[in-house]
Amino acid sequence: MSQTLVFVRTKSEPLDPPPTLSSSVLVWARANLFSSIGSTVTTLAFVALVLWLLPELFSWTITQAVWNAKDGEACRQHQDGACWAFISAKLDYLRFGSYPVDQRWRVNLTEWVGAVLIAWLLWPEAPKRGMAALLFFAIFPIFAFVLLHGSGWLGLPIVDTLLWGGMLITLLTAAVGIVFSLPLGVLLALGRRSRMPVVRSASILFIEFVRGVPFITILFMANAMLPLFLPEAWAPDRLLRPLVGMALFSAAYMAEEVRGGLQSLRRGQYEAAMALGLSYPLMMGLVILPQALTLVIPGIVNNFVGLFMDTTLVSIVGLADFLEAMNNAMKDPAWSGPTIMPTGYVFAGVFYFMFCFGMTRYSAFVEGKLAKGRKR
Amino acid sequence: MRTPATGGHDATLAIDFIGVHKWYGTFHALRNINLTVKRGERIVICGPSGSGKSTLIRCVNGLEEHQRGSIIVDGVELTRDVKRIDEVRKDVGMVFQSFNLFPHLTVLENCTLAPIWVRKTPKRQAEDIAMKLLRRVKIPEQASKYPAQLSGGQQQRVAIARALCMNPRIMLFDEPTSALDPEMVKEVLDTMSELAQEGMTMMVVTHEMGFARQVADRVVFMDNGEIVEINAPDPFFDNPRHQRTKLFLSQILH
Repeated sequence: MSQTLVFVRTKSEPLDPPPTLSSSVLVWARANLFSSIGSTVTTLAFVALVLWLLPELFSWTITQAVWNAKDGEACRQHQDGACWAFISAKLDYLRFGSYPVDQRWRVNLTEWVGAVLIAWLLWPEAPKRGMAALLFFAIFPIFAFVLLHGSGWLGLPIVDTLLWGGMLITLLTAAVGIVFSLPLGVLLALGRRSRMPVVRSASILFIEFVRGVPFITILFMANAMLPLFLPEAWAPDRLLRPLVGMALFSAAYMAEEVRGGLQSLRRGQYEAAMALGLSYPLMMGLVILPQALTLVIPGIVNNFVGLFMDTTLVSIVGLADFLEAMNNAMKDPAWSGPTIMPTGYVFAGVFYFMFCFGMTRYSAFVEGKLAKGRKR
Repeated sequence: MRTPATGGHDATLAIDFIGVHKWYGTFHALRNINLTVKRGERIVICGPSGSGKSTLIRCVNGLEEHQRGSIIVDGVELTRDVKRIDEVRKDVGMVFQSFNLFPHLTVLENCTLAPIWVRKTPKRQAEDIAMKLLRRVKIPEQASKYPAQLSGGQQQRVAIARALCMNPRIMLFDEPTSALDPEMVKEVLDTMSELAQEGMTMMVVTHEMGFARQVADRVVFMDNGEIVEINAPDPFFDNPRHQRTKLFLSQILH
């Protein structure tokens, strides 16, 4: 009798809030950490591991570490902790390589200006980001080159690139690679999808060739072959050659990443842009690329991270990048000792990790922001 | 205003198809199309799926290339010349089945993109025009939202406003209501009817026979890539003459 065949609503069902979800820590822990015997065992094992490792780590890096020392003697006597005194003693060399001591303010200034511009560029709410982009991509490279290399006209002594080293080389290589590989990669990706057979074939040839050889080969080739192709007076600088190699190598990978983004857009986007009368450059620049690049942010950042790691390979063609500078510093007999090598490599690891982790976090932040803005 | 690219052009003609053929590979998609659309005329094209009706209107703004015959739009003959195609596209608005709004831009930005970059209209002025047209399609309050936050019917009305912002002389509609939920079809058809009353030249591919009867000056029936019958709506629906038209109408009007 309760079930009726014909029904007309006379009174609306009330809109109720959902049943209260218990949010206490204990309930959460029971559901997520101790839901079964297996999960309980795993949880306890991990807690034990952390409890065992953390104090070790803490005492090695903090309490038992040697913080101040004139030379390696204190570290040799105190082998239970890191030898941070070594890092602070060598920090200038790790940062600048053999860059003349009285000229190092030029590197500092360049790095500060670069850092400020990057922060301005990356902070989404910052005013006039277009201006930041212009300054960073057009003015800053010239500014940095003049300041770092020197110019007789401005009264800055020339500093030969042979003397550059340390973090300066690492940051410079990474920055040049990042700044040039993305636009080059975009051009290659568009070339690969071009309807013009010559452009398409050339792009495919370049991309597949570069992806088919190891980066070290590219570096050797840039080092040995670039001078052969160009007249002697133009022979590129010893530092410039690996930079070119780095940009070209990275561009090929970037191109494939961007192509993936281009392919995932629906044809309707192209058609709508064309139907509105947008020319090819306008269609690509205003409609297609903004969407395609947004879609492949994780892949692009992944490439940037790989590129940052690959900067360590320039040591093979004779540049003293940060890691190479660290290796050199560790050979100093005054600082020889069993704790020097672990200290040096832990520091180097933290340095690389900070940059790469920063990049991946920033990309996650941008993705989250875009997802929120568009509510897809 | 514009120097006609073809000599002896009749200024009352909006679109002229003369012996147009198109192939997809070996498939003969358009067969000897001859059709003249006068300025201010509303043409509705109907026919079974795969009959070539979408292909036909996509030829008008060069989204599809025809291989034989000629198409003259507003006095400009469509050739492979990219500049000439872009010239035609500025004056021909198009509305798609799947809206194709730009998801990374707000509604207002969708509407001002082409006027600012193609017509070089100052930004402020382009925004004024866009707001005027958004009011006309009755969604000015959505201007700062992104397309994904709108219903299908609202998105399609934005798409119409976006096309109108370029101040086109001809509007093409490629099944504008086919992707909409039923309760949203009317709002889009109403917008199109208003546009028709203002004298816009329109070519509409649609299955909405009520709209065709109410708004069209002539109905074109296509089947298998050829035009089978052209007639004014009343005789077309009440008294179809070709066997294939009769069959088609009996299938869709129950």
